[in-house]
Amino acid sequence: MTAGSTTPPAPVGAVVDGGTARRRGWGWLLLVPGMLWLAVFFVFPTIQLFVTSLYDPSGSYEQGYAMTWHFANYLDAVKDTWNLFARSFAYAGIATVVCLLLGYPLAYAIAFKAGAWKYFMLVLVIAPFFTSFLLRTLSWRTILSDQGPVTDFFQTVGVLPDDGRLLATPVAVIAGLIYNFMPFMTLPLYASLDKVDYRLVEAAGDLYSSPFTGFRKVTFPLSLPGVVSGTLLTFIPACGDYINAELLGTPKQYMVGNRIQAAFLTEHNYPLAASLSLILMLVVVLMVVLYVRRAGTEDLI
Amino acid sequence: MADTGRDLRVEGLTKRFGDFLAVDDLTLTVPQGSFFALLGPSGCGKTTTLRMVAGLDDPTAGRVLIGDEDVTYLRPYKRPVNTVFQSYALFPHLTIFENVAFGLRRRGVKDYKQKTLDMIDLVQLGPYAARKPAQLSGGQQQRVALGRALINEPAVLLLDEPLGALDLKLRRQMQIELKRIQTEIAVTFVHVTHDQEEAMTMADTIAVMNHGVIEQMGAPGDLYENPETTFVANFLGQSNLIRVDVIDTVDQDVVVDCYGQKVGVVASRSHAGGRNAWLGVRPEKVFAEAAGADHRVGSNILTGGRVTDVSFVGVSTQYLVAMPWGQELMVFEQNTGQRPLFRNGDQLDITWSPAHAFLLDADQDARAGVMTPEDDE
Amino acid sequence: MATVATRERVSSDPGRAKPSKRPVGRWLSDHLVLLVGILVLVYIFVPIGYIFALSFNQPSGRSATAQFESFTWSNWTSICEPEGLCDSLQLSFEVSITATLLATLLGTLMAFALVRHSFRGRSTSNLVIFLPMATPEVVMGSSLLAMFVSVGLDSVLGFVTIVIAHVLFCLSFVVVTVKARLVGMDSRLEQAAMDLYANEWQTFRLVTLPLAMPGIVAAAMLSFSLSFDDFIVTNFTSGQSVTFPLYVYGSKLRDFPAQLFVVGTLMFLVSFVFVIAAELWRRRRSAIR
Repeated sequence: MTAGSTTPPAPVGAVVDGGTARRRGWGWLLLVPGMLWLAVFFVFPTIQLFVTSLYDPSGSYEQGYAMTWHFANYLDAVKDTWNLFARSFAYAGIATVVCLLLGYPLAYAIAFKAGAWKYFMLVLVIAPFFTSFLLRTLSWRTILSDQGPVTDFFQTVGVLPDDGRLLATPVAVIAGLIYNFMPFMTLPLYASLDKVDYRLVEAAGDLYSSPFTGFRKVTFPLSLPGVVSGTLLTFIPACGDYINAELLGTPKQYMVGNRIQAAFLTEHNYPLAASLSLILMLVVVLMVVLYVRRAGTEDLI
Repeated sequence: MADTGRDLRVEGLTKRFGDFLAVDDLTLTVPQGSFFALLGPSGCGKTTTLRMVAGLDDPTAGRVLIGDEDVTYLRPYKRPVNTVFQSYALFPHLTIFENVAFGLRRRGVKDYKQKTLDMIDLVQLGPYAARKPAQLSGGQQQRVALGRALINEPAVLLLDEPLGALDLKLRRQMQIELKRIQTEIAVTFVHVTHDQEEAMTMADTIAVMNHGVIEQMGAPGDLYENPETTFVANFLGQSNLIRVDVIDTVDQDVVVDCYGQKVGVVASRSHAGGRNAWLGVRPEKVFAEAAGADHRVGSNILTGGRVTDVSFVGVSTQYLVAMPWGQELMVFEQNTGQRPLFRNGDQLDITWSPAHAFLLDADQDARAGVMTPEDDE
Repeated sequence: MATVATRERVSSDPGRAKPSKRPVGRWLSDHLVLLVGILVLVYIFVPIGYIFALSFNQPSGRSATAQFESFTWSNWTSICEPEGLCDSLQLSFEVSITATLLATLLGTLMAFALVRHSFRGRSTSNLVIFLPMATPEVVMGSSLLAMFVSVGLDSVLGFVTIVIAHVLFCLSFVVVTVKARLVGMDSRLEQAAMDLYANEWQTFRLVTLPLAMPGIVAAAMLSFSLSFDDFIVTNFTSGQSVTFPLYVYGSKLRDFPAQLFVVGTLMFLVSFVFVIAAELWRRRRSAIR
């Protein structure tokens, strides 16, 4: 009995024993500097982005734009780029699922099977994360290149035809996404698996669960918070990524991020870029909210 | 020791959490140097009371005084009160020495080092001074928590379920040790617990709390022998409660009708007002006699019982006896070897002395305060 | 009791007499997860090994992204030789350290406010803190650039604007990391400190802060790595300034100096040593003194 003997049924404004006791008062002032930062550099630019997205597209970077509440920008954007959106979400979705399939055994092995090597393995996951991701992605470019060992191998065993390629294919782009976002999946998974009391898994075995059933009914549900935050931390950046598509793919594999970047930095077509950005943001936030609701871990964030 | 300048007084103390009334207009005085126990089940308001005395919660109404000083709204670090927290709350990042020295150093006591070492010796942790709490056993951690509070020589020491995390054997040991230390240093101890045996072993005075109010307060023996409510009768030990009609008062005895048989209760032990009452008698005060034997032990007799269960528990044998009206009564017989043993199905009569029974108000729930398996922590 | 003990001993005898072998299948299923985990680790390390190997490569042409040709130490002794490489590293360090300090400070304060205090608008605050994490970097970068341009800051794009952007995307991660640590902290420890004559400030300094420290340090390390490695947002907000990731990206378009692989290897080695050292320090602190 740790909750104390006075836990009232519905404490309003105060949590009594254990856990965290919240105080009323001036504590909210601590929030002010950070919130100001977010308001000025996030909320305000997002609103402005919205305004930009409604500019008359006939203007230009040099001559300026006129505010004409041109909602048609959104229609145009979707009409031109719906395939980019579809591709982005498909690539990001596949990458997230594969990340989960690869990252879960890794996190599980570190949490329960590594024994004395637990911490060392964890370092091995974290340390590459500190090495420039551009360098690592460029390395993949060479490794997967037409003369590279991986392509040779797959051609030899016949998975790829002799003139088949890995680089500049969707496979390469997705593999790049998987590789780059793996730590974002593995670390939250490890964090929540590490909290699981291994005796519960043993208890499941004692109660006639096969190892697989024990995993399905006990370990996996308990690690769900890690699964949810891991998939979010992988999916969100993967949706907006354009580096992997650019370095490992061709314009045929370009994602919506490439288009936004080009519209902003090369074409200076701000209304288009802004409306694309907002659509992407809106869709991602919507998907995230639905997903979090669905997974039932709303207190996650 | 007769000095009463540092009595703990609580006047009209009330605490609400939203609609929930945790502590309801509580008034009591704890004399300086006494060992006082607040006993009650989960949610009875005992820990909230303790926290208001410690200054960790502000009361909704009422006052807390130590001697003549009103400390009701004083910050915790400004009052001469220290707490032994439930599950100890030892600072995990500090050594045992640093934990014990914490209070003295905050108050700028100069020779804190020597005092700390002395206290660590007193709680028998000398060899562990440089360790971290996580490296100690539960019993050792408990002693650190005690030393960390006591070193400040508080006017009142509050103990919140201090032994709850220990196993039974260690708990017994610590109960005796706590009592010994308290007698030695003569500091007022206020001890919050849900364990009635623990309260009775250690405390001079017990206040039994339920739903934010004190049901009954007194010396452990008085509470046990002469409970005034069904809650106290059931929460402290076990009781047989039988529905009776009050008929008459003859001399010092109240005569009641118990399903057709007449028994007496000493008048000073009657706490019932109306025509109906609960007749209470502790199982160990009841004797079983073979049906029709000449009854010598008690003058109150109920006939027509039949044994339905026999449990041998070493020091005693516990019977369940079905009475003619269907109720099963508990009878605990000491294994003195001088009294007959019964078997399932035996017919018997039960007897007790009028001085051992009590009468309680019939409006109360006969099962109030009964420990169910879920309560047993 | 005695009979029970005897019976147990008897029944265990046959097992002891004939120790059964663990079947291979059982061993495999016990270690399968570990094997898969190690394979995934190997996968993670393929490019690291590649970077390490190429740091000793003597390329024949000007660009070093091709195959390994011949061994040399010269890349390691001439890290700063390629024009602008060390300048970009310096700028990256300056940006990351500044952004980390700012984000950690602001984020920690916010986490304390959210966990320890109750006030109206908590859930709105939580949403505003969460949104940057749900915003793709390309959106964040572009909206920041649009704002900097519109308020006339486009002429001073550089260190300040990069730091502003980096603090922005690190902030939410700091809040989440520190919050997780604070939520797991037993508030009774702070009550105990107050009970033992520590006032609010002493309680914070002697109990709360040391206990929250692992979370704060983790948040700072995360911020540093996010900031140091960021390309997308930086690309929008850097103007003419070149951070290390921008330098790598730029090199891809021109010649690719082999010294970049040296820097990559060093980044890995330094972080590896750093993380190991941090853990050893943590273990020593909690060990018997």
